[in-house]
Amino acid sequence: MSFMQVIDLKVHYPIRGGFFNTIVDWVYAVDGIDMEFEQGKTYGLVGESGCGKSTTGKAIIGLEKITSGKILFEGEDVTRERRSRTSRFHREVQMIFQDSHSSLNPRKRIADILAEPIRNFLHLTPREESRKIGELLEIVGLPQDAKEKYPHEFSGGQKQRINIARALATHPKMIIADEPVSALDLSVQAQVLNFMKDVQREFGLTYLFISHDLGVVKHMCDTIFIMYKGRFVERGTKEDIYGNSKHLYTKRLLSSIPATTPVGREKRKRARKEFEKVYEKMIHKAFDQNGRVYDLIPVSDTHYVSAPSARELLEIGKESEMGGSR
Amino acid sequence: MWKTIVRRLLLMIPQLIALSILVFVMAKMMPGDPFTGMITPDTDPARIEELKEELGLNDPLPVQYVRWVKNALQGDFGKSYTFQRDVASLIGERAMNTFWLSFVSVILLYLIAIPLGILAGRYQQSRLDKFIVFYSFITYAIPTFVLSLLFLYIFGYKLQWFPTGGSVDVEAEPWTLRYIWSRFYHILLPAITYAILGTTGVIQYLRSEIIDAKTMDYVRTARSKGVPMRKIYTKHIFRNSFIPIAAFLGFTITGLLGGSIFIETIFGYPGMGQLFVYSIAARDYSVICALVMLYGFLTLLGSLLSDIILSIVDPRIRIE
Amino acid sequence: MLLNLCIVAIKMIYKDFGNYGANIMKLMFFLSDTYTSLKADCRKGEGFLEKDALLTVRGLHVGFRINDRFYDAVDGVSFTLKHNEILAIVGESGCGKSSLATSIIGLHHDRNVRVTGEILFGERNLLELDDEEMNKIRGAEIAMIFQDPLSALNPLMRIGDQIEEALAYHTDYTREEREEQVMRLLKQVGIPKPEQTARQFPHQLSGGMRQRVMIAMAISCKPKIIIADEPTTALDVTIQAQILDLLKELQEETGAGIILITHDLGVVAEMADRVMVMYAGEIIEEAPVQKLFMHPKHPYTRLLFHSMPQLHSKDERLHVIEGTVPSLANLPRTGCRFSHRIPWIPKEAHEKHPSFHEISKDHYVQCICWKHFYFRKGASNNAARR
Repeated sequence: MSFMQVIDLKVHYPIRGGFFNTIVDWVYAVDGIDMEFEQGKTYGLVGESGCGKSTTGKAIIGLEKITSGKILFEGEDVTRERRSRTSRFHREVQMIFQDSHSSLNPRKRIADILAEPIRNFLHLTPREESRKIGELLEIVGLPQDAKEKYPHEFSGGQKQRINIARALATHPKMIIADEPVSALDLSVQAQVLNFMKDVQREFGLTYLFISHDLGVVKHMCDTIFIMYKGRFVERGTKEDIYGNSKHLYTKRLLSSIPATTPVGREKRKRARKEFEKVYEKMIHKAFDQNGRVYDLIPVSDTHYVSAPSARELLEIGKESEMGGSR
Repeated sequence: MWKTIVRRLLLMIPQLIALSILVFVMAKMMPGDPFTGMITPDTDPARIEELKEELGLNDPLPVQYVRWVKNALQGDFGKSYTFQRDVASLIGERAMNTFWLSFVSVILLYLIAIPLGILAGRYQQSRLDKFIVFYSFITYAIPTFVLSLLFLYIFGYKLQWFPTGGSVDVEAEPWTLRYIWSRFYHILLPAITYAILGTTGVIQYLRSEIIDAKTMDYVRTARSKGVPMRKIYTKHIFRNSFIPIAAFLGFTITGLLGGSIFIETIFGYPGMGQLFVYSIAARDYSVICALVMLYGFLTLLGSLLSDIILSIVDPRIRIE
Repeated sequence: MLLNLCIVAIKMIYKDFGNYGANIMKLMFFLSDTYTSLKADCRKGEGFLEKDALLTVRGLHVGFRINDRFYDAVDGVSFTLKHNEILAIVGESGCGKSSLATSIIGLHHDRNVRVTGEILFGERNLLELDDEEMNKIRGAEIAMIFQDPLSALNPLMRIGDQIEEALAYHTDYTREEREEQVMRLLKQVGIPKPEQTARQFPHQLSGGMRQRVMIAMAISCKPKIIIADEPTTALDVTIQAQILDLLKELQEETGAGIILITHDLGVVAEMADRVMVMYAGEIIEEAPVQKLFMHPKHPYTRLLFHSMPQLHSKDERLHVIEGTVPSLANLPRTGCRFSHRIPWIPKEAHEKHPSFHEISKDHYVQCICWKHFYFRKGASNNAARR
């Protein structure tokens, strides 16, 4: 049973121009998406830069004004509430960002950084607060003397763990993670990802994992949303997406991931080139007459694909199959 | 682009209206009125009342304001009671003097500041750089009036290289060669003083722009192409560093026009600044109001000018 | 071993000076110099004798000044780049791979960086050339492609002018010929409307197009060597695939040697002919790409492969390499530099003075600890926790 739903979320930015600086057009950054989240699961939101995936995350948590749509949290409409800093929603839904460095105030000690959410939401005595900070540091595997240090004294992976500790301080149900490991080296990335899984198991957390890295998403996520031009083109379980992708865009994305072996790379390259031709020829079919990506239609219980109708979905699928295979 | 300029000009209207209200109300709140200076103990109070009534000074403020604006729009800012002249023509004459002073100052300022800024940035951390930085801090630290008086004393009185007041030789026939030279000669000392005082900003800005630009990735790219360092400076670094300076030109010009108050007063140069100081001392409100309005208008114009220049020199910024 | 080195040195000297009638003194000096430098980097002596070597790097040290002392970020690196090959240098941030690349093209600042060793390009040691001589090589014979194409292009210069710049310094084409050449280059890198693009400014292009422009710039004078420093890190995966394919095609066309610097093992798998893995300023493993991916030997390489998320299923834990790379100033300069990251391997398993061993044809590994290395059970548990 899902505890949180996003219903028909839209974020449009006005483009101003003309003589009186009136709104002449809109950027449809996020244009009507539905999501629901179950406790303890990890959701992946994948797409290329500029597709609206970060905007989606920020809109859910209230860092971005939404144009229309609703966010339900445990049955309640929190669309308005989420913009107030001290609401319960904010306590239960936290966010971490890509740049672990700039999201920590360089002039504050780690103890103060971790104390901030505690003071905002939990109202503890100073002693309890200090104990709580100690616990948080233990959870994220940092020594107790970290309290008195400043952010620049930590490595990238450690800083990202401090960010996670801060997000965990209020016992949230959900963490929205916007490219949390993209700036980290491979071995450090592994450490942070493992750690995120550990705390998930321990606290029953739900993650919305926003990333452009399909390898990381495959490793982390149960359900994956593929986003393209502000809309979802496909959603499904990891198996649906990686084993049985239906949408042309998803297929192209997957065919672009570098393989982890040099064996057969010439063949892969040829297939990629051929597929690119098919893609270029066919991609206009992904949009309706208004230039909007079609709504999702179900192909199985878990798997949804954007298409005008089930029949046409099959046709497009077949043609693209002929071009590239992977 | 033209559209934007016209729009910006139209946007100035509400700003100018706000300023005019402010100026008008402040002027009215000041103690005294245009007759204050003329009243002698034996003036008949009834006569004053009569004059006030005649001039509309007893009307409600909004009515007076509308009348003032109406007249101002027709170029009539009233009469200066101290000069007994039309304010518009009085300011017009002074404005020309100030304009020429500012014009020469701007040219001198950039002539001094640009080479110094380039040298300091190019040879960062060298002795030359340290000297230039020292120079620019000194000129920044010296108050305007100290340097002005110092120059006036040394070059005006002691060495007698320059005249110490006025804007033109009184004997010169207008628009003869001698007249033009004399005007320029009168402008020179205040302009030099003024330019030296203004160099700090430009030098420091240019220097740090150049130092920043040196570490930019595109400089590294140019080096990787095998472009000699000398050429990288002229083609990549200096060109890119001038952009903020060029964009600042608009502000600099209006800044000089408005900031000439001290210089003009000390050098006895009959410009707007001197007039402004004089009018304040004499409570000549109609002149003050007109000047404040003019300064406000020039500031707005300067920021527009800066934006236009920026959009011309920087392709990343385009005014639609 | 020593004898072998001497023979190598003498052979080389004959090759270099034979034609000119060897001056005995010169030879003696050179001999002793070469010998000491060889002794210092007692590794892979044979590499530089290969006939098709395009670039030979020997005993390269790149030191950065920290509080008036120089610390080597690249610490005794030797390798060769052959004609017509893509040599990948892989490593994590701070391993020295970018410093290495930058020193080949001579872009380090003299005041704060000390570069020693030899970089032989043809007959010449690039480190002995002055700036003027280097400028004739940069862009013409050795070109470079950078990570972030937006900042690497001058924002105020038209694309066409930026490409033309290299041509202006290295060819005697007329202006018209250069402009023609620019159009040809833009077409070659797959830009659909060259005339229009040449007149545009960098901010008007997409990330992928900008990187194509960078590539056009790099190949403009038909360089023999192209150094590509993380050329696709700033790009989306679909664009990355296109740019990599383009680079590979151009390389095949021109026969240039490419040094590809990257942290992404996927990019290596798709692109490289030969791979060098760097750790803490040293090359710790070198092999043809197939061998490296099929039979990685050095513990660091093996651990790196194990931490790739792509290779794991969802519930598996990723492998974590214990500890961190020490900072430049605190780097241990003796013994096996990786030993403290694999503490469960006993000290005796490492060489006291690790050297580079050829363990099978063209496959080199630093130190002998790889023979004794095994994955620790449960080591995948986050060592930092509990």
